[in-house]
This record gives sequence, structure tokens and C-alpha cells, in this order.
Amino acid sequence: MQVIMEKLTKHFGETKAVQDFSVTLNDGELVCLLGPSGCGKSTVLNMLSGIIPVTSGKIYFDGEDVTKLPPEQRGIGLVFQNYALYPHMTVMGNITFPLEIQKVPPAEREARAREIAELVHMGNLLGRKPKQLSGGQQQRVAIARALVKNPRLLLLDEPLSNLDARLRLEMREEIRRIQLETQVTTIFVTHDQEEAMSISDHIVLMKDGFLQQHAAPQELYNQPANQFVADFLGNPPINNFPGKVAGDDFVMADGSRVTLGLSGKVPEGTEVNLSVRAESFVVESEQQPDRLTCTVDSVFQMGKEEMAILSFGGVHFRAYIASEYGFKPGDTVVLGLKDRGVFVFDLKTGERYI
Amino acid sequence: MIKQPQASQKSYPLNGALFALSWALMAAALPILLFLQNKWLALAAFLMGAGLLILSLLLDHSYTLRPLAARIIRYVLLVFGMLVMVFPFFWMLSSSLKTYNEMNYFPPTMFPQNWANFENFKIVFEKAPFARYFLNSVITVLGSVGVTTFTTILAAFAFSRLEFRGREILFSLLLSMMMVPFEMLVITNFQTIVKLGVYDTLYALIIPFTSSIFYTYILRNFFQSIPSGLYWSARVDGCTNWKYLWKVMVPIARPSLVTIVLLNALASWNSFMWPLLVIKSDLRRTLPFGLYHFTTEVGANFELLMAASTVTVLPMIILFLFARKQIIRGVARGGIKG
Repeated sequence: MQVIMEKLTKHFGETKAVQDFSVTLNDGELVCLLGPSGCGKSTVLNMLSGIIPVTSGKIYFDGEDVTKLPPEQRGIGLVFQNYALYPHMTVMGNITFPLEIQKVPPAEREARAREIAELVHMGNLLGRKPKQLSGGQQQRVAIARALVKNPRLLLLDEPLSNLDARLRLEMREEIRRIQLETQVTTIFVTHDQEEAMSISDHIVLMKDGFLQQHAAPQELYNQPANQFVADFLGNPPINNFPGKVAGDDFVMADGSRVTLGLSGKVPEGTEVNLSVRAESFVVESEQQPDRLTCTVDSVFQMGKEEMAILSFGGVHFRAYIASEYGFKPGDTVVLGLKDRGVFVFDLKTGERYI
Repeated sequence: MIKQPQASQKSYPLNGALFALSWALMAAALPILLFLQNKWLALAAFLMGAGLLILSLLLDHSYTLRPLAARIIRYVLLVFGMLVMVFPFFWMLSSSLKTYNEMNYFPPTMFPQNWANFENFKIVFEKAPFARYFLNSVITVLGSVGVTTFTTILAAFAFSRLEFRGREILFSLLLSMMMVPFEMLVITNFQTIVKLGVYDTLYALIIPFTSSIFYTYILRNFFQSIPSGLYWSARVDGCTNWKYLWKVMVPIARPSLVTIVLLNALASWNSFMWPLLVIKSDLRRTLPFGLYHFTTEVGANFELLMAASTVTVLPMIILFLFARKQIIRGVARGGIKG
């Protein structure tokens, strides 16, 4: 189902949780709503499900305006972080409950529940109570219960946050598999960028109630719209060098400069951040104007690569360097910049120039 | 010797048999009394059963000496406490089976001469309509507990799940009403009952007791502990508030509800002052009130009084035996006596 949000806004009293949020999500996609805590992503989800009313703006499901529709008429399935299973019912009872409310005949209810339980690999545990299941199994049941009535849209609110690290990996692959098998349009809320990058078709990144960028994971990483997007994605985080634009050059406070061909792209004298991903440095043998001469602070072995902490112009930063060089702390290194993963952002507005 | 705690987890099949046998012996005491009329044999059976019960409980845990001694002391104290608690009830039961002459023996006898002497009960039921009192009590308790439970569930749901303006203020107001003692409300309640024209009817016993702030408060707290995710999952599936309340919340809150119903039933069964005020006719009295009235009637015939008391107390004792756990938990949680 295609989901369109148009200038969606939600205020809680003085607090502006979501503002002018406009996004179009395509049918059959798994989209992650990503952002730090308190950025409004769960609020967006709750507005989509109808749990909280919108302050202004519109929501369209397949062209139909559902902004004022009560939750039960929207055809959605919900999965919560704490699973929200009915503790007094068995797995079977939990999965059939939505059908029971819709007055589906018992025989059909059970058949559909069995089918969906097979899909989430819970077919052999239908008689158990939620208490007797592990966190991952409870989450499978919650997903089955959300899917059993064939929703047009599946909404998952931080579904993996309560699981331990191993189960989290397993369940995120499971969610992706189930989503691909059912082809249900899915919105997945998370604050974990790695989770979002690994399973989604598109990521909607939010901050302070505003949409930052809506793009495919790779595009978000390679073409961040602003400083926040660049900072939020990537592990280790992107390196930021503050400085000024002087002609073609980027000049730092202590006079260190790099020639980046900035004139014409960035206004003269603008205060900017030169942001470089850790994997975007190349070791060079001789100094040139477009290279950085840095000092090695420390080196961490990571197998085929080394993670080095270096300093340039008084700023410490991380870079991946091939092991073969064998640098030691105190060494001087000349680093060139690759084309990919090098950005220039306005220091004040965070707007991207390059 | 220190034993690992795991050792005490082990259960010995012999103990199960011992445990069952001990109860069987204690239970056998009653038929022996009634049918064989041999009180010493009955007493012997009972004591042997009790001894075996203690033994089986001891064996169930561990064989080490120090905990054993501690356990013996603990059980001796508990048995002593039990005797103190149970003795008045035993005395009541024993006296109710004695004849008028037996009652006046000096020194008093511990046991009645004939354990199957139900003559007193017969006289009690002839002298006063105790069957009717019993029925009145049952009707009052069922009526008031039934309606109170219903209104409590609805109010607790509204105050915990529904969102409306002034909800918290309204609830605080309700809670503050709990500070008003019942005795203060008696006058206005009485006037209301008279104006409603139900003075001296069973309605007068039920109508003022069809809601309870205290139980609403307990249940609301429990309802609030149920995660809102359950509610929204159900709502998204098209579940109405009404259906959600009865299909999800009430079943989850069942332990709390059982406690509330039991405490309420106990309080209602024992209520005395209110019936005394609003009931005039003999046939509409409840048991405690009827018993009180009976006291003044029969005067010094304590064996009859004890028989009447037995009739009054027995249903509550039976209820207690069946729902011991819930009552204890409820009283412990509520911090009030039932």
C-alpha cells in the first residue's frame, strides 16, 4: 500500500513533536523511521496507526484520506517493543484474537492462525502461554498476531530493542524475510542506524520532529543531505574538521590548509566543516596541496586493516589504513582524500555544499 | 554438616504417602466421633495424623540438624498460635453440641458427651427463623457484591484507561471521600433509604453498598500496570472498549478481582450496624443481626447461642478454607481486616 504523509504536524501543548512532515512510501517496501530518542519517530507511527490524532496535515493510504479514521478502520497491524501479548491467552488465542473480533468463523480462524504461525516458525508452540516463551518467540507471536488479519500496513515500534544482541540480529533478518514473503508494506521504527541500514528499502531519518532525509540506505550514507545525517550514520562516526573557506582552500584555525577546489561551490570566507569518513583516506608518499600531513596518535589492529587515530590541524580523527604500512605512534603520515565520503557542510546551518 | 540447598529440592516419594496418610488420619477423626462415638479413638487418630503431618513436613526439607531444630521450634510456635486461634471456634462447636445440663458442669467438659447431638440446632431453627436470616444474608451479599464488582470494574477502567478532562481531579476527590467514616454517612444514607421507600426491605441493605472507592482504587492500580500496548493492539484490531475490558483486562486482573470479591463478601456478610438501623421486621434480618436479636431472646442458654453462632460463622469458615490464599493476599495488600 502506498502511504502519503502530507505536512503532518503534532504538537503536545507547547512541545512540537512532529513538524511539516511530508513523505511518500511505496507499496511493498520496508521503510525504517530512524532517529535519536525523542525525534518524533514513534509519534509519526502512532499518527499512522490512529492512536494519537494529528494536529494538522493529512495521511493517505492508497490515495484514501485516513487522517480522521479510527485505528480499527485503517487496516493496520501493530507490533510493540514490549510485544503486548495477552498474557492469559495461549499463542493460538493471541493470534486468533483479531479474527475473533472480526467474527471470522472458528475453523477459518484456526486455519489462518496455523498458516501464519508456520510463517513465523511458531507452528509447534501454539499451546504455550506468552510467559513460557523467550523474547524472540514472543516477538514472532506479536508479528503473527499483527499479520493474521492481512493488514495493508504493518507498523513495528522498536521491535528489537528488548532483545539481546544475538537475537536482535536473528530477528531483524526474520522480519525482513517475513516482510519479503508477505510483501506487506512495513514501517519499522528504530534508533539503531545499523539495524535500519541492514534491512530497509528506504530510510526516513528524523531529528527534532523534522524530516532530515528520505533515501535508500546506501544513498543516505553516500549522499547525506546535511551534517546531522552524515554524523548520525556510520560507525565509526564521520570525522569533522572545522575551518574556513579561502579561495580554493579549506583553512583551519591553526593555518593547516587543504586545497579542495572550493571556489564557486562555497562562498568565500564561509565557516564550514570538512567531513570525511574513516574509510575515505588513502596513504600517499609525498605531500601535495590537496593532501593532509598528519601525526599518528595510536593504532588499533583490526585484521586486514588498522584503525588509526591521527591528528590534523589540532583535530583528532579516525582513519582506516592498510596494515602493510606498520605505522607507530608519533610517525608522520601523508593522507589523500578519496572522492567518496568527503563532504563540506556549513558550520552553522549544517547545509551541505559538496 | 552443611548441605547444599539443592538437596532440599529433592522430594521423597515416601513423603507424599506420609503426607496423604496424615491428612487421612486427621479427617478420619470426625466420622469416628460421629459414628463410633469414641472420642478417645478420634482424638488419638487426630493427634497421630497431626504428628505424621509435622514429620512429613520436616522430612520434606533436609536431614541436617540445625535447620531441623529451627523447624521444630517454628512448627511448635505455629501449632501453639493455631491452638489459640482455633480454640474459641472449637469451644463454640463443642458447646453447640452439649445439652443444657452439660453446659453447667463444673469443671466444664472439653468435649460433648454425644457428638451427634444436633438438638440445639433444631431448637435454634425453631425458635428463630435462622434459615430465613441465612437466605437474607445470602441475598444481600450476592446483590451487593455482584453490583459492587460490576461498578468497580467499570469505574477502574474509566479511571485507568479512558481519557477525559478532569479525570485525575475527579479520582482524587473520590479518594478523599474515603476519609469520611461510614458512621458519618449513616444519617444521610438513612434518609435516602426512607425517601426511596425501601426502609425495612432487603433493598435497603443492598442499595447503599453498590460501589466502593477502595476496591476501585485497588483495581485501578492493577489496571494501570497493564501495558497500553495491549489496549492499542486490541483497538487496532477493532476491539471496542467494552470488549477489551471483558476479554482482556478482566481475565488478566482475575486474581485481584477474586481478592476484591472475597473481601467484599466478608465485609458484607459481617455487616451489623446498618441492618440494625434499617431493618425492623424479624423476617428481613440478616444473620449477624438475627444472632444479636437471638441473644437477647434466649438469655442464658449458651448452648443455643453457640449453635446459632455456628450457623452464622460456618459459611465464612468454609469460604476461608477454599480461598485462604486469596484472602490472605488481599488482606496483606489492602492493609485492612476483612
